[in-house]
Amino acid sequence: MDVRKDSERTSMKNRTTVERKSDRELVVTRTFNAPARIVFEAWTRPELFKQWWVPKSMGMFLRSCEMDVRVGGRYRLVFGHDVSSPDEFFGRYIEVTPHSRLVWTNDEGGDGGSVTTVTFEEKDGKTLLVLRELYPSKEALDAAGTGAADALVETFEQLDELLVTLDASVGRP
Amino acid sequence: MVQFSGARLDASFAALSDATRRGILERLGIADASITDLAGKFRMTLTGMKKHVGVLEQAGLVTTEKVGRVRTCKLGLRRLEEEAAWIERYRQLWDARFDELDKVVEELKQKEKVDGRKKRQ
Repeated sequence: MDVRKDSERTSMKNRTTVERKSDRELVVTRTFNAPARIVFEAWTRPELFKQWWVPKSMGMFLRSCEMDVRVGGRYRLVFGHDVSSPDEFFGRYIEVTPHSRLVWTNDEGGDGGSVTTVTFEEKDGKTLLVLRELYPSKEALDAAGTGAADALVETFEQLDELLVTLDASVGRP
Repeated sequence: MVQFSGARLDASFAALSDATRRGILERLGIADASITDLAGKFRMTLTGMKKHVGVLEQAGLVTTEKVGRVRTCKLGLRRLEEEAAWIERYRQLWDARFDELDKVVEELKQKEKVDGRKKRQ
């Protein structure tokens, strides 16, 4: 990895903000230093998507990632073995507008699933990304929040252990 | 960072606009208390106190829990802190994701530049 490029990236790092817009909705925003078509590509091509969706700090890995990015198309993410979180996430794309808008359902939790809307807004060669997660009820959002946060803490706690396991398995056939 | 909805703020301000309710919050800041305790301290009927506590509860400023016949009231601020904490963890997850996405986007940009140069040659 090019060290100089890395430090440039750190100094240009854009802020991620989260707001709870209402009892049922969470909104995440972030700017990317690239045109919308590039950012959109990274969200819609599975081989690119799986490079960033599961950050290393989560201590999980994506076993498979299928995405049929078109209206009505399905997606399915299968995670590596991890007891603290569900193994599969899946749903359907309900809106696909190239370079500007993606909407999908999150169906793994049954009726309490949220709908995710991602918009890409280009300005001066940069892209403002806004992601909205709309839950069917306040209770569904609260449950998801608590669950996800707990899972994340647990994951961090398990990270040391996991790193040791990974370290030990490196080099084995 | 965490912003609460207008409706929730309205409820909080409405709840705090009453001197008795501010007094109740001060009391609960010292120690949890039952509705009966509070009614006694503020020389009110149980029904009147229940109403005040209900308003504070709606605003998320007080939480109550009924054990047997006794309803215990406590400050609800901890709930707000808990919510802020999980939203911050949620933000950290997205932040980590987006740092990785930055790298992918940077690679795509470089690739586009190289491809563009190739086309021009």
